[in-house]
Amino acid sequence: MSGTELLQAIVDGVLTGGVYALMAAGLTLIFGVMDIINIAQGVMVVLGAYLSYELSVHLGIGLLPGLLITVPAMFLLGVALEFCFMRRLREQDRTGMSILVTFAVAILIEGILSAIYGVDYVQLHASYVDQSVYVLGFYLPYIYLIGFGLAVLLMAGLYWMLYRTKFGRGVRASLQNRTAADLIGVNVSRTRTISVGIGVAVTAVGGMVFGATNAFNPNSGYDLISRLLAIVILGGMGSIAGAMAAAILLLVINDVVAVWWSPTWAPLVYFVALVIVLSIRPQGLFGSSAIRAQ
Amino acid sequence: MSVGVRRASALAAIAVALIVFALFPVVFTDPQTTSIAVFTLIFMVSTCAWNIFSGYSGYLALGHAVFFGCGGYAVALAARDWHVPGGWAVFALLPFGGLVAALIAIPVGVIALRVRRHTFVVVTIAIFFIFQLAAFNFAFTGGTSGILLPLAPFSAANYNQPFYYVALVILVLTVALSWAVRRSRFGLQLLAIRDDEDRARGLGVKTWWVKLAAFVISAFPVGMVGGLYFYFLGQIFPQFAFDPLFDISLALMAFLGGIGTLLGPLLGALVLEALQQWLTQHFSGTGTYLIAYGVLFLAVILLLPRGVVPTITELLAKRRARTAGAPEAAAEAPAHSGVAGVAP
Repeated sequence: MSGTELLQAIVDGVLTGGVYALMAAGLTLIFGVMDIINIAQGVMVVLGAYLSYELSVHLGIGLLPGLLITVPAMFLLGVALEFCFMRRLREQDRTGMSILVTFAVAILIEGILSAIYGVDYVQLHASYVDQSVYVLGFYLPYIYLIGFGLAVLLMAGLYWMLYRTKFGRGVRASLQNRTAADLIGVNVSRTRTISVGIGVAVTAVGGMVFGATNAFNPNSGYDLISRLLAIVILGGMGSIAGAMAAAILLLVINDVVAVWWSPTWAPLVYFVALVIVLSIRPQGLFGSSAIRAQ
Repeated sequence: MSVGVRRASALAAIAVALIVFALFPVVFTDPQTTSIAVFTLIFMVSTCAWNIFSGYSGYLALGHAVFFGCGGYAVALAARDWHVPGGWAVFALLPFGGLVAALIAIPVGVIALRVRRHTFVVVTIAIFFIFQLAAFNFAFTGGTSGILLPLAPFSAANYNQPFYYVALVILVLTVALSWAVRRSRFGLQLLAIRDDEDRARGLGVKTWWVKLAAFVISAFPVGMVGGLYFYFLGQIFPQFAFDPLFDISLALMAFLGGIGTLLGPLLGALVLEALQQWLTQHFSGTGTYLIAYGVLFLAVILLLPRGVVPTITELLAKRRARTAGAPEAAAEAPAHSGVAGVAP
């Protein structure tokens, strides 16, 4: 393996890692605020990809303008899920039950997608998807740059929202102690609903980039959710900064191993990294409190 | 009802159930029906075994397809490499499949049980995907083309019967195991972990060992029926051996019937697997079947979150309390959420 190949793999890892970071940030936000593990996050990314596909193929709306439609659509889906299912779970065994409920939702979405699209693989196309730009000796596909740029932009937005707005203070308060947040006048239930909406809405962007960089079919969600779960556990569940760091770390490992050894084994190394880290530090890299380590 | 009468009626119910199960393929000889019955028994064993760990300890494991697949591969590879002829000899390999699954459960359990509750669930899912990936990529598993198992030389008309009776024997043994665990000191320790792990540890339960032992025990029968399942199908592929739907099906079946009870998971598997096989036989296309399954799953969790058996037990206990009016009967009505402690 030459040095250039290694560098290229690292650059690719960072760029794709940005997009995974965005999807994982949604997952970890939902967990942090509601103690709910959204197993359907993976299939929702695929659903987002199919929405973009539908808009670009049948309505001629480009991938980027299409986000103006798909992001609100996925936000509404998240709100509906929270309203219909998540808030009905009992507090004491909410996390365990949430895994089952969201798994059922995942199966349902996968079923609907396979009823409509079958098992054939499709991929999103646009002029900027198939072209690359040559920068400092690297070929960078435009879509990687666009995806990374969008991810950075949205995560900056997410950070701004969480740390600079009143709503964000409410979210962080309900994350730390929901009873206390309730007592000081945070509308915890509304905060939760909107947080889940945001956590799901990011899958529209993730789905567009994922669908443009990978061929996908309704089953692709399983592969995605396993990666996203690995990322949020490694980052420490509920930690958004941790999810970002872990996403980039794991994707870089993945891409370097793919170049250096074999692409088929790359994901294995990444899960092995997860298992090793958990054996040493069960709360994940950035998991702070003992409660989150439970 | 006195204890003696109750015990006698329980024994009678077991005898009736055994006779019904034993006579089923004699009465219904249609191969389509008996094949549904074989799949149903296999899932009853798997759910019952899953419940020994997840139901009693409260730790939701969503990676038991690892043991199902490993049992299947162990039997397939053993039959191929040791040149085992098709027929009854392959059934003799099933305990080997169970053993391999149990051995694999040791390192898996050691890793996964380092974390608690929901991180545990996620770790079992992650480990499941490691195995799925390995099965696709290792050379000895035959990759996506899979491995052929020896052809069973049973006549076409009665092909399913040997599989049915072997599955029934494994089922009886697994239920007996689950019952024995439930009644033992070990079972009480598991239930204590489910109710309050820290307190159980404070009271001297070696929680880590108890959890690991239950995890390994629950892997064994799943590995055995994994071998049986793929011998029945004649071939093993990674996508069937390590199927995420298998993981979630066990949880759904146990939840429907009543997780943590002895009978609940059996009832849930009996109803759901039979229904699922019937749906796949009557509706082509995976879409419809997945939609039906997803909707049913949501309905069960939201409408009957504690399962059929605990709900019925509670209703019966309430009615008995009302008719008798005796204080000791009223005390029988389970007031706390962990109904499993009082269900049959």
